[in-house]
Amino acid sequence: MASFKSTKIPIYPKLGEKVTPDTLYWKNYKAPVQIKEFGAVTSIDFSSLAPHNYAVTASTRIHIYGPFSTEPVKTFTRFKDTAYSGKFRSDGQLLVAGCEDSVVRLFDVSGKVALRVFKGHTKGVHVTDFTSDCYHILTGSDDYTCRLWDIPNSTELTSYKEHTDYIRCGTTSKLNRDIFITGSYDHTLRVFDARVEKSVMTMDHSQPVESVLLYPSEGLLVSAGGRYVKVWDLLKGGQPLVSLKNHHKTVTCLSLSSNGQRLLSASLDRHVKIYNTTNYKVVHNFDYAASILSLALAPDDESIVVGMTNGVLSIKHRKSPEEKREMVGKQRMQPVYRIFVKGRNYVPKKDDFLVSKPVKSHLAKYDKQLKKFNISKALDTALESWRRNRKPEITVAVMKELDRRGTLKNALAGRDEQNLSQLLNFLIGNVVDPRFTPVLVTATEMILDIYQAVVGQSSVVDRQLVRLQELVEREVDYQQDLLEVLGMLDTLFATSLPRKECFSVFDGTSSDFENP
Amino acid sequence: MVVHAEIRMVHRGGSKINFREPVITHDSRFLLCAAGESVNVYSTSTEEYVHDLQGHTDLVTGVVLNPSNHLQVYSCSADGTVRLWDFTDAILIKTFIIGYPIYSIYVSEKHGGVVFLVVPMANYKSSELFQLVAVHLPHSGDQEVEARELSAVLCDVSHHPGAASFGREGEYIAAVKGLQLEVFFFKKQKSYRFSLKSGMKKGAKNAFTCVSCHPKEDCIATGHEDGKIRMWRNFNQKKEYTYSTLHWHHGAVNTLCFTPEGTNLLSGGIESVLVHWHYTQENQKDFLPRLGAAITHIAVSPDGSLFCTSHSDNKITIIQSCVKVSAVIQGLVKGDGVWTNLIIDPRSKALVLNGKPGHLQFYSLHHDKQLYNLDIVQQEYIHEEGLDQFEVVKAAFDARGDWLATVEERRKKGAELEINLKLWAYDELTQSFVLNTTVTAPHEDRITAMFFSPSPETTMLVTTSLDGHFKAWLLADHSDANEGFWACDFVGGYHLLKPGCCSFSADGSLLSVGFQEVVTVWSPASWELLTTLSQPPGAIRDLCFGRLSCSKYLLGASTKNQLCCWNLLTCSLEWSTPMDVSLLQTDPLSENIAAFCSQSGSSDLFVFKPSEPRPLYSQKALCTGKVQHAVFAPRDQMLESCEERTQWLNRSQLYFLTQHMDLLTFSTKTEEDRLLASSKQLMVDDSVAVTPFYLLLGKHRGQQLEKQEALTNPMAERTQLPQGSIAIKELLHTPAHVLPSASFLCAMFVRSLLISSSSARFKSGLWLYHSRTLRLVSDMYCQLRDQIISN
Repeated sequence: MASFKSTKIPIYPKLGEKVTPDTLYWKNYKAPVQIKEFGAVTSIDFSSLAPHNYAVTASTRIHIYGPFSTEPVKTFTRFKDTAYSGKFRSDGQLLVAGCEDSVVRLFDVSGKVALRVFKGHTKGVHVTDFTSDCYHILTGSDDYTCRLWDIPNSTELTSYKEHTDYIRCGTTSKLNRDIFITGSYDHTLRVFDARVEKSVMTMDHSQPVESVLLYPSEGLLVSAGGRYVKVWDLLKGGQPLVSLKNHHKTVTCLSLSSNGQRLLSASLDRHVKIYNTTNYKVVHNFDYAASILSLALAPDDESIVVGMTNGVLSIKHRKSPEEKREMVGKQRMQPVYRIFVKGRNYVPKKDDFLVSKPVKSHLAKYDKQLKKFNISKALDTALESWRRNRKPEITVAVMKELDRRGTLKNALAGRDEQNLSQLLNFLIGNVVDPRFTPVLVTATEMILDIYQAVVGQSSVVDRQLVRLQELVEREVDYQQDLLEVLGMLDTLFATSLPRKECFSVFDGTSSDFENP
Repeated sequence: MVVHAEIRMVHRGGSKINFREPVITHDSRFLLCAAGESVNVYSTSTEEYVHDLQGHTDLVTGVVLNPSNHLQVYSCSADGTVRLWDFTDAILIKTFIIGYPIYSIYVSEKHGGVVFLVVPMANYKSSELFQLVAVHLPHSGDQEVEARELSAVLCDVSHHPGAASFGREGEYIAAVKGLQLEVFFFKKQKSYRFSLKSGMKKGAKNAFTCVSCHPKEDCIATGHEDGKIRMWRNFNQKKEYTYSTLHWHHGAVNTLCFTPEGTNLLSGGIESVLVHWHYTQENQKDFLPRLGAAITHIAVSPDGSLFCTSHSDNKITIIQSCVKVSAVIQGLVKGDGVWTNLIIDPRSKALVLNGKPGHLQFYSLHHDKQLYNLDIVQQEYIHEEGLDQFEVVKAAFDARGDWLATVEERRKKGAELEINLKLWAYDELTQSFVLNTTVTAPHEDRITAMFFSPSPETTMLVTTSLDGHFKAWLLADHSDANEGFWACDFVGGYHLLKPGCCSFSADGSLLSVGFQEVVTVWSPASWELLTTLSQPPGAIRDLCFGRLSCSKYLLGASTKNQLCCWNLLTCSLEWSTPMDVSLLQTDPLSENIAAFCSQSGSSDLFVFKPSEPRPLYSQKALCTGKVQHAVFAPRDQMLESCEERTQWLNRSQLYFLTQHMDLLTFSTKTEEDRLLASSKQLMVDDSVAVTPFYLLLGKHRGQQLEKQEALTNPMAERTQLPQGSIAIKELLHTPAHVLPSASFLCAMFVRSLLISSSSARFKSGLWLYHSRTLRLVSDMYCQLRDQIISN
């Protein structure tokens, strides 16, 4: 006596992105916290000091936020015009910022008034940074010059005027105090050495450069400009390594993840893309509401902070492992002692004879009904609202099973208005789904056959029937269009094939085209 | 059919065991059933085949126990004889020659020395009219007795064995045919007829299908085509008879049976549910569902403890006290048809073909026994007529037997075709196949051929379909997941022609696909079309590559009576011959190719090498009808026949399936002699129940004994079992309370195990053996001591 074989629910391949370790990692962030700033957020910089505060430059002020605060911990407002590029020193004690009024200000993080003011640029300063020895400041300005300043004396050390357009980005080497790199709207990247009079290396990005980034090893340089992100090998004299074109608007900001394995790029097209730095393939993607101007990652990727043109600062915090566990624990009920725990920890003695209990197989509700040949009830259980909405494949599989048994018509018949409208709703929702169409079309035809006598008696059902008709007509038109496209493609393929191979050859992937 | 003295065609496997009602013996130890031309005896407890009663020369049509001697059994056959057997020793006691083909047999305790037979009416020998006759079996000492004194009891009866039944104490016999029930009373020598209306108008089908009489009361149960069961009472007069109706079956009632005490009525039909009606409370019933296939016969053991049901899938189920299936005797399932080819499983060397609906059966040719059924479709089978069910239409194994590919399809009337391609991986742990990949709709139309590549490096599957494409499937190695899955690798076609067959060369380096009249040869490594061969007119029906020394040849059989052989080195036709080849089969172990040709209603066989002009072996008029499927099964041991005519059977054996679903094979004389010798060897002592364990152990022990005797001749008398020794017997069989103290017993006990000094030359194996028994006995001793202490 064989046991009842339950209805096979086909497993459909999940459409959409595949689950990779990367998606799991980058999805493991909480819902973003949003803070409204006074203007477009042009720069975000994390302090390397323990609580990891971050400076947000927007409009004429710089706010410093704590890692979990939504209110600024500190605000610097002493700017006469739009502030740019608020940067922490590596010890987290000092902050430097440029301004549209060409003055560069240096602040003590605990103080309020500028400690030093560097004057000398003639136009707005968009780039500021500390050198690795902490005693000098690099600035780049719209007057095409980049300069080095001494902090103690607040004097200008050197000035380079090699760029022929605005300097909008730059970075200093973290390993060598004399080396820094600037990128300009004249499409070039230049590597300077403070000990030498001229730039030591020039690279052509062929787009206005918006952002530069040095790898921690400083062997590779990443630049962003236009729609391109380019990677350069500095050890090979600035040889281009890769050019990535994954955004469809200007890339504005670059960042590296904490372990240096992933590169992030933010763009005006409102996306943040994450690349694998070994093969430079996009592994993940974030969407934001507005064009992104600035992006920063907290140490250990604890949070992702993004600033947008509409002045919104979006902060995503990583989910802590405790919270994750808490979520799971909430869902699971406490085990009942009598059922789950009692006898579980009993260890059989050596001479005990073990009698294994036969494993009872549990059937799903609809299978229980199918086993008893209660076909209408089986369809009813399969049409329960949550099953119908969440797992339409189960409902369809039960319908298919009933059809195989030759009793689908009987199961569909004899339903009242509410039941019928439920059924029609399900059909409207799923009949054009290519996975379910073969089964549901048969069911639809049967329903029309059975209930054609009662058409016109209920306004609800009539409305649904009209909707169904429209849906089917639309689908037919759509299929026709698709077939036309397919025909066009076929002619194209036929002409592109070499002439001698007159037989038709497709590879495995193109066979999907044949059944739209 | 014996044409040549040395090569003979033999029926192999799968005689029908569900043809007639099986019989359970009085002691419930054996089950007897008619199986082709013999009666098979099975053990009810172990479902093992014990022996068979051979002697009939035609189909056995009935088996009944001799009511006067419960160790004897009558069997009747279409060859016109009734034979009396001693079934425990398989001895033919007597043969009664009746002279007419017999269709069924009935006996009753009251009518000693008389058997009732259904034979064709004397005047209309060939027609469909049958009569029930009583035959007095003459007492005489001869082996063969003529019994020609027939006295007609009832005219115009059905030949179906369930259509007649003896009533209470053999006072009357009830027979049904069509719409009529006829009851014949032996005392009054009078019969009453009761008819029903045809009832076709109301959708009722009143025709009788079977009858069974209550053994203690005057009550007749009849089964009907519409699933009703009628209980007839008060039928010893023409007028005032009554009947009540029971209805549960939705199809025809195939069989009815009362239990020996008459407390229960059993019925079965196509639903494959055994229904168990309580005689006194008729609205109460129990069910035993999902027995696998339609029930054709039900039999109850004389003490009522065992039921057995025969099923349409050549199976007998033994049921204990109506609740538990205790044993299943399964023959070769011959369903509605065999769509898969005959295939040999490379691992188990079993024959694989369609079994139960939606299953593949693995049938051991060596033991003539079904090994197991593999559920391919994995759906609840609905036992109802007129439903379109999924059927397994193609199956293929890869060279090592690690993968099995199956295709199942279901064609609905007027709707589209549903096809599934399934790939099964062999699981070493469970020793069976586990589903790996299911591809729904692999092609848009029927799949015509499916083969695995024989090359050991790549596992590749090729399917050809009527949609004009052939597809190659490869195991995609998924590095992250532990298991790979199959995916389509290549789709090919040729001028949108429909491919009908395909074949891999022996090393897997070439694939040939037959596109109607054109044979295309591809390289599976690069999927390049290497060449096309064509020999119009006539589409190619079958393709195969030569093997070993003939691997440069490609053979194709076309529909227009032509067998072509191409040389692949020159890409030209080597030879062709006008032959209507229906099937080509290559021997995997030699160069031989078997071709079955159909000619004027019968089939011929030619065995040849592609390189030689003369066939190695040919046989005209092999069997009537077309040969559907054939396969070469490799032999376990190579035969060493030097005769030219039989050499082709040395390495493998050719099995083929005829249109009438008979599995036939060729056997040589030397092989038969060997088989006969081995069967003698396997004769066993019948004092012990024949179980597989016994066979195993008994044989092993016998060998061991022999060996020991050979080795240590003086010790032969010492090799008795410890349980057999007198001291131990005494110890074990004396009640505990009269035994002396344990300390006293111990010395005696141990002494009994000591080996006398004359046999000082121990064989180490023997010593081990004794040390083991010593341990065993000391355990026993401990138990005994405990027992004594507790007393």
